[in-house]
Amino acid sequence: MSKSPVREASKKERPWIMRTYAGHSTATASNELFRMNLAKGQTGLSVAFDLPTQTGYDSDHVLARGEVGKVGVPISHIGDMRALFDQIPIEKMNTSMTINATAPWLLALYIAAAEEQGADISKLSGTTQNDLMKEYLSRGTYIFPPAASLKLTTDVISYTVKNVPSWNPMNVCSYHLQEAGATPSQELAYALLTAMTILDSVKAAGELKQEDMGAVVERISFFVNAGIRFVDEMCKMRAFVRLWDEITKERYGVADPKQRRFRYGVQVNSLGLTEQQPENNIMRIVLEMLAVTLSKGARARAVQLPAWNEALGLPRPWDQQLSLRTQQILAFESDLLEHGDIFDGSVVVQKRVDELCEEAKREIEDINGRGGAVAAVEAGIIKQRLVESNAARLSAIESGTQIVIGINAFTETAPSPLTENLDGAIMVVDPKVEAAQIESIKAWRAGRDASAVKKALDDLRKAVQSGQNVMPPSIAAAKAGVTTGEWAGALRETLGEYRAPTGVASATLSQARGPKAAEEVERLRARLGSLEKKLGRRPRLLVGKPGLDGHSNGAEQIALKARDVGFEVIYEGIRVTPEQIVASALEEGVNVIGLSILSGSHLELVPDVLARLKAAGIGNVPVVLGGIIPDSDGKRLIEQGVARVYTPKNFELNAIMADLADLAERAAG
Amino acid sequence: MAEVDIEALARGVRAADKSFVSRALNLIENRRPDIERQMAELLAVLARGATESHGHRVGLTGPPGVGKSSLVAVLARELRERGKSVGVVAVDPSSMRSGGALLGDRARMAFDPQDQGLFVRSLATQGALGGLAHATHAAVEVLAAAYDVVLVETVGVGQTEIAVTHVADTVVLVVQPGSGDVLQFLKAGVMEIPDLLVVNKADHGATASRAASDLKSALSTLRQVGAGDGDLDVILTSARDRQGVDKLADALARHRELLGELGVAQRRSAGHAAWSVDWLARRVGTLGLEALGGSAETTALLAAAVRRGQPALSAAQGLADKLAIALR
Repeated sequence: MSKSPVREASKKERPWIMRTYAGHSTATASNELFRMNLAKGQTGLSVAFDLPTQTGYDSDHVLARGEVGKVGVPISHIGDMRALFDQIPIEKMNTSMTINATAPWLLALYIAAAEEQGADISKLSGTTQNDLMKEYLSRGTYIFPPAASLKLTTDVISYTVKNVPSWNPMNVCSYHLQEAGATPSQELAYALLTAMTILDSVKAAGELKQEDMGAVVERISFFVNAGIRFVDEMCKMRAFVRLWDEITKERYGVADPKQRRFRYGVQVNSLGLTEQQPENNIMRIVLEMLAVTLSKGARARAVQLPAWNEALGLPRPWDQQLSLRTQQILAFESDLLEHGDIFDGSVVVQKRVDELCEEAKREIEDINGRGGAVAAVEAGIIKQRLVESNAARLSAIESGTQIVIGINAFTETAPSPLTENLDGAIMVVDPKVEAAQIESIKAWRAGRDASAVKKALDDLRKAVQSGQNVMPPSIAAAKAGVTTGEWAGALRETLGEYRAPTGVASATLSQARGPKAAEEVERLRARLGSLEKKLGRRPRLLVGKPGLDGHSNGAEQIALKARDVGFEVIYEGIRVTPEQIVASALEEGVNVIGLSILSGSHLELVPDVLARLKAAGIGNVPVVLGGIIPDSDGKRLIEQGVARVYTPKNFELNAIMADLADLAERAAG
Repeated sequence: MAEVDIEALARGVRAADKSFVSRALNLIENRRPDIERQMAELLAVLARGATESHGHRVGLTGPPGVGKSSLVAVLARELRERGKSVGVVAVDPSSMRSGGALLGDRARMAFDPQDQGLFVRSLATQGALGGLAHATHAAVEVLAAAYDVVLVETVGVGQTEIAVTHVADTVVLVVQPGSGDVLQFLKAGVMEIPDLLVVNKADHGATASRAASDLKSALSTLRQVGAGDGDLDVILTSARDRQGVDKLADALARHRELLGELGVAQRRSAGHAAWSVDWLARRVGTLGLEALGGSAETTALLAAAVRRGQPALSAAQGLADKLAIALR
């Protein structure tokens, strides 16, 4: 009966690509991390860029303050790209870049750096995320208006299909939609709508012929999310496979079934990871991984797992290793890869997949009936639906109808040895990194051929104005030593900048679940009513998102909830500077300010806001902070004058609202 | 709230010092009776220092979704570039259920936060009908004392946007291409005839110019039957592409000039009277108005007081006090 493990192994399916999302501090530090991960058996690279790079600013720009090297690596020019891939053969790598608004530019730098290594460009393989739709809806690193973004994405596709045929030029990301609250059918619908919008645009651009559509479709990959309801999530993946096959066949006339195959990578859900009893996250991550690996017919091509302590801060190399080992155990120790699809023929699975397909199709039709995905994004319709879904989810957790272990059930815990020394359990970026990076970019600018740079930028502007493909002049600019900020600046001039609708103004909260929750809301409303009498006017809350961090889900939910209990709420969306926050606070006469920061730049930004409030003569307005804030940082900020610090473990919005009312009352004296 | 030095506050407002303007607006939003006295005093002091020509008050109204906020943002920018300082009052609806509201005007976001010549205050309707918040009138008074032009953006509930005529020297109706309902409202007399018509979202090209010419011909028909007066400009704008905004700014200045000192004085006086009646009705209710001799009587009384140059709020407060004494 027993077979030799070696023979068994040879019969196995080839496993998926295993990645960890990495990059921080500087190109050189990230390069070391990459080489270490490759040595440990990782089979692809996934590059995280810092927010200034993602939003098209150099490290010395005022908006980059506090953000350099925080959530990823800063790449300001080809010198940084060279350092990032030092001693790593680009031609042999499969590199996934989480980059969107500046995707054409980072790809241009990558191609230029590869050429310097002597690589054959046509052999490069990897992915640029390049999905702006979800940036408007959730992640927030967009720069240009939707139509201009669509054109840039289309340019990258047209270019790579011809010149870098193994490259995945765009990766439709429904990952962030789920983080923003999307239900499985919404995730299906909005991802497929995004893909259709792009394909329609590529078709209309006319750079490629109809017979190339198969090649285009084949190169569109997806990046999805898998949550804790892993049976549903597995069915969602099967629904994706089925719907994509239908759409590409019927709408785009792709005949080859291989080209119509739904190819996707996964980052499993970080949203459901908890700060309380964080070791439980290991089990959650495993279950979520099963959703995207169990069924052969809908198995992920690449999987990256979050680290168990992501809700606490930036993971260390050891934490990432654990995530990688988790995948390796499933692929190499277990028998999963020896079997065909283990759910084919399952009545239950079939039924659920049918339902999801139906729901998704209805949503797609509805959005198309409203003028399509771009119009629905501009009008804020999709955003509003996501905000509402997310509010429903949070309220279910708060009322206990949706159970989260360690949060609203089984909260008792023995002391955890893993988090004994919390500050040691996360990684901290050295603040000196920013200063060093700023010095280095100044030196770079001083050391290059200024006239070549000017010419490259002029050519770039001309190409963009005349509607030519942005890739060739971008590659030329990369070689001439142009910086990220200069490239994006030239495009900002010609294409304009955009602020997306927040989706909050028109969103409605579903009725509180259960009599207890409804009572709580009524109590808060009465509290606000009596506070109004005392103050003489409705209490006002300013919700501010300083810095470049675009993860606005938390800020949106606070804004929505605060309105629901009776605050007048000022929320002006993402990417506002401390100066703007203080100007708004002053002009709007607010009673309390809530700041939301998830990028780790709170120690720079929050004291700045406090100092400016004082200078404007409104230093008495209480400030609270929400986000991923390590304990010791929270303590420091409270010493500096922050009234309250909320982290993901403060999931009870009603309690936060009561705090805000107390603070507003106390400040009024 | 501590005792306020009203004279100093007024000086700060006139100097357009943002922290004073903000405090003055906080004061006028306050509905505690003791504070309302201070507010009346402040408005009276500000009125004393003002000449009729001071500040151009522009109301922008129109159905939801026509892009009023974006238009206000680009118009403010245009005016700033012409060297005018700008105050903005943006009115948004309050939730009837919770009393809460989501404000957050984007006009401010397009500006340098250090710009001392732009000030934006959002107001919530708090149950007021007519597209404006109760505090709007007083807020406009404060901002007009500080800035050259005050832009008032209404909620945009459509046919009930009457109140804006009481705060604005110039009323701009903003519509978008292909919206015939506006014309219906004008015909039915539900909506006052505005001073200027703007067809926004003119980036919609042909639809927009067709909408504009439809409006023009319909308006001339209206004029022939005696509705409306003078020539009504129809301006095509695109807030998105910042097109036609210069023409709008020109037309606003032209209308202000056309009104002249007398026209402005008449409009403002009528607006003050309407506001004082509104304030009094809220304060004393219908029963109180009856006790004061009926709605028509009090309205006439207040209008006369305002014409004599008495500050509107002080006049109304006088009547309220009279009633309070009578009841005692």
